[in-house]
Amino acid sequence: MSDHEYTPKSNFGKWFNDRLPLLTLANHLTDYPTPKNLNYWWTFGGILTFCLVTQIVTGLVLAMHYIAHADMAFDSVEHIMRDVNYGWLIRYIHANGASMFFLAVYIHIFRSLFYGSYKAPREIIWIIGIIIYLLMMAAAFMGYVLPWGQMSFWGATVITNLFSAIPLVGEGIVTWLWGGYSVDNPTLTRFFTLHYLIPFLILGLVVLHIWALHVPGNNNPVGIDVKKPSKDTVPFHPYIVIKDAFALLMFMIVFAFFVFYTPNILGHADNYIEANPLVTPAHIVPEWYLLPFYAILRSVPDKLMGVVAMLSAIFILAALPWLDTSKIRSAVFRPLYRQFYWILVADVLILGYVGAMPAEGLYLLIARVATAYYFLHFLVILPILGFKERTLPVPLSITEPVLGGSSNLAAARDDSRLEKLK
Amino acid sequence: MSEKKTERRDFLFTATAAVGAVGVGATVWPMIDQMNPDASVKALASTEVDVSSMNPGKTITVLWRGKPVFIRRRTRDEINEARAVKLNDLKHPEKDEDRAKNPEWLVMLGVCTHLGCVPLDQKGDYNGWFCPCHGSHYDISGRIRKGPAPTNMEIPKYEFVNANTIKIG
Repeated sequence: MSDHEYTPKSNFGKWFNDRLPLLTLANHLTDYPTPKNLNYWWTFGGILTFCLVTQIVTGLVLAMHYIAHADMAFDSVEHIMRDVNYGWLIRYIHANGASMFFLAVYIHIFRSLFYGSYKAPREIIWIIGIIIYLLMMAAAFMGYVLPWGQMSFWGATVITNLFSAIPLVGEGIVTWLWGGYSVDNPTLTRFFTLHYLIPFLILGLVVLHIWALHVPGNNNPVGIDVKKPSKDTVPFHPYIVIKDAFALLMFMIVFAFFVFYTPNILGHADNYIEANPLVTPAHIVPEWYLLPFYAILRSVPDKLMGVVAMLSAIFILAALPWLDTSKIRSAVFRPLYRQFYWILVADVLILGYVGAMPAEGLYLLIARVATAYYFLHFLVILPILGFKERTLPVPLSITEPVLGGSSNLAAARDDSRLEKLK
Repeated sequence: MSEKKTERRDFLFTATAAVGAVGVGATVWPMIDQMNPDASVKALASTEVDVSSMNPGKTITVLWRGKPVFIRRRTRDEINEARAVKLNDLKHPEKDEDRAKNPEWLVMLGVCTHLGCVPLDQKGDYNGWFCPCHGSHYDISGRIRKGPAPTNMEIPKYEFVNANTIKIG
């Protein structure tokens, strides 16, 4: 943004903007210079904003009908489904909206992994993003407890018990989290409060996320720094706005398909049975978006180490800008990283699959291998790859490969300039 | 550090910081402690169970502090089996004699020590309990034998009020 300064045209605009730079802010949604080669993987930021707003609006409405009490919560959810006008629609949007939110966030994260969007100077954007992701998981988990079905109750029991793995103070922490000696009414009411609070914390962090993004500006598929404004950029409006809007519409079709045709496919039938503290369902599984981490938890045969491994799998992402030693951002110019990237994608999908299966026999073996590989990727492969990999020549600008034919050809023609870049 | 005289101002800084820290602590603690079990939850701390109708080989589950408690009247074979196990074979060595004072009656929290699920009765590789969540196997004394659970199932505080009644808690 440093190359791009905005001054309002009208005198009143100047007067106002000098006192409160709201117009500068608005400018970031109009003629803010954006790399012209952003592809559809870059539309998920807008889609995620839509998801957050959808969850807040539908959640607000649901809270008007829901009763956060262990004796009434289950019935009040059924009341929403059967009696409240359009209650079924609003609840199905909210429940499936959580899944859509995670679907979009995983695409958004893997986009960053492919194009190296987490690298300097975008580390703060990335870390804020990881914090948002953690808060999303907390919000989703607590929201899943609110209907007070069997999966709600036992999911809450298992997840809160993760803290009991902490030596000495673990049991005390769990009792404190529960407000009793088991998951019960005090647990439900505090989860409801926190579930209501977290989306607004996320909203605040999203503002910081976008603010931090607008300091260096967007990364792009070529992964090079772009001078703004220049031949390499287009104004945010209308170019990116239209592209984002189109992608959002496509996304909403998928969203609507789940809401209207298979609203319960991503849930568990057991959650339509009211919570019973005496009976654990035969097969406890978290929601699909937590399965890879669940598989990591179960693959370690020790309670404390299992919890440590699961949390490390998430926190290791925050260290990614420093674990990846390569100076080249985009995987387009990193032939080896590109292959390891796809292996990682497969590894995470495999973890998700075995996380849904019983933890025994072959599934357990696969989960252990996949867990080991996950950590190997971040702790060994990425740091070494930065030094060993022979990267392809990077173009000097976005426009160059367009005008000079294939990006590699254009850049290869002038290796001397590349040397200068290094 | 050079020799520096302690001044009245240093004393004021330290005193202010100390009073401030106590004040913040005294304000924050009620906010934290309000989440701990309240008086009404603590009041439900004991449960009495009538076990007069139980035959050997039967298990009942009762609720105590919101948690299931298994009460099993064990058969002669089961007691022998539980007592024959060598301590070396156990992940969390405890004698059956210490877990079931009256060998016929096993009273324990029906909560898996891994992540808190309720294990299933008469299942698993050791003829005791099996936790369906993450595959922990317990023997007929409720001791962990195989799987991720770190310890044996907990024995709550209980006593026989009379021949037919157990008071838990």
